[in-house]
Amino acid sequence: MSDLRELYLEMVTDHAKNPRNRGKVESCSHIGTGHNPLCGDKIVVTISIENELITDVKFDGEGCAISTASADLMSEVLVGKTLVETKHLFQGFHDLITGNGGEEEIPRKLAVFSGVKEFPMRVKCATLAWHTLIAALDGNNETSTE
Amino acid sequence: MISDATIADLFPSLQQEIEGTKLIYLDSAATTQKPQRVIDAVTHYYEHDNANIHRGVHSLSQRATQAYENARVQIANLLHANRHEEIIFLRGATEAINLVAQAFARPRIGENDVILITEMEHHSNIVPWQLVCEQTGASLEVVPICDDGSINMEAYESMLSEDVAIVSTAHVSNAIGTINPVKEMCALAKEIGATTVIDGAQATGHMDIDVQDIGCDFYAISGHKMFGPTGIGCLFGNYDVLQEMEPWQGGGDMILSVSFEETTWNEVPFKFEAGTPNIAGAIGLGAAVTFIQELGYDNISTLEHELLVYGTTALDAIDGVTIIGTAPGKAGVIAFTVDGVHPHDVGTILDHAGVAIRTGNHCAEPLIKRFGLHATCRASFSVYNTKEDVDKLADAIKDAIRILG
Repeated sequence: MSDLRELYLEMVTDHAKNPRNRGKVESCSHIGTGHNPLCGDKIVVTISIENELITDVKFDGEGCAISTASADLMSEVLVGKTLVETKHLFQGFHDLITGNGGEEEIPRKLAVFSGVKEFPMRVKCATLAWHTLIAALDGNNETSTE
Repeated sequence: MISDATIADLFPSLQQEIEGTKLIYLDSAATTQKPQRVIDAVTHYYEHDNANIHRGVHSLSQRATQAYENARVQIANLLHANRHEEIIFLRGATEAINLVAQAFARPRIGENDVILITEMEHHSNIVPWQLVCEQTGASLEVVPICDDGSINMEAYESMLSEDVAIVSTAHVSNAIGTINPVKEMCALAKEIGATTVIDGAQATGHMDIDVQDIGCDFYAISGHKMFGPTGIGCLFGNYDVLQEMEPWQGGGDMILSVSFEETTWNEVPFKFEAGTPNIAGAIGLGAAVTFIQELGYDNISTLEHELLVYGTTALDAIDGVTIIGTAPGKAGVIAFTVDGVHPHDVGTILDHAGVAIRTGNHCAEPLIKRFGLHATCRASFSVYNTKEDVDKLADAIKDAIRILG
């Protein structure tokens, strides 16, 4: 059960059970809908950007523990970031959870997902919110992990 | 009768460990594991008899043709078909339903016609009809189910108007295990002259199917859900109906003679088997039928029903577990949710205990939504499962609740 505990670290289960950023950003500047056909999960991410900086991110929808916690912690770490910084962080996060490095510069709130690399089927869960957010910032309102 | 403990021994893939514990395979509704004899039949064909069928005069071609056609006879016997020509070999139940939709329904129906399906259908018995409706202007209507997951027969009868051209229903729901009263449904459909199609993917291999007694025009089966290889399945079609139908796909083996001016079709069932078929798959399926017949449907049904009853009791006893689908007549399928734990997480945690279940919408999205859900967990049983397997399932669910609940 050792790797299971690494997947479901306390910070992950805490944010999954009690997400801080569930909801909708009122008067958001960007909105995106993401869909994971594998598990039927849907997520709506709303973002507010001022002066090229993310000022608020919220998400809504049903998801598993990994996708909910990932959406919630993503929403926290991205406040104050630019689009370029966001994409850079996502690259590092993606590398981390797919076992391609990325450990060095990743914030702790994202590093808690490193256990996902042992569970390739769950990578899509961890990245759904990120794909949805980045697609929304790039002007695509609908995204799917397939 | 082979004893429970030894049935699992006949399946090489079950002799392995996952995460250091013995594999408990509870996903047979997705696909069953394969007994050694099915694997051997496929291997034997490739090692000794590999040849194309219906054309060569050499020994290998004769042996391959004979083995392929023997498998057809076996399937016909298993389904109590009137004649073996009523069995068409295809890729699976999905392809079988698509064949009926395109080769039977499409040329015969128009914008005033209704195709009736049920709320519990697998996507493979929804989407082919939606395509036909788009192509012909016909309408798709859906018979609702009751809260316990059984079909609402009152609604079904009231929806059987004269406009209904086709009734297509699952025999057994893949997602919640409900066994539909297909014989009664076909009799009612016949009264208004509708053609009946049964998706038997989840029924064949679990219970005695008698297509003549059911009275259906078409019955679709899937080989890999009844211990056979993937990529092989069959359509049973009433001989007279098949005779009236035009071919579905063109190619070799489905013709009598070809010229650039005119081509004449081969007879039923070859008219519907264009191109080199899955010969090894059909032969493997034949071996699976022998396996099923040796076990006996009485034994299979009894074993699976015992597991269903035992599993239902065990899961009902866990706080926070809700069973979805509690119809009086059910196959060995238990769909459930766990309070506060997403099915995907349940699946991952169970896998770590060596227990393989399916999670998600089970290719029956409208049904899962009908229960107000996005996804469920599903444990499905086969002859190689035991009560100990169910105990492991229950223990692993309790672990999931401890970790995430």
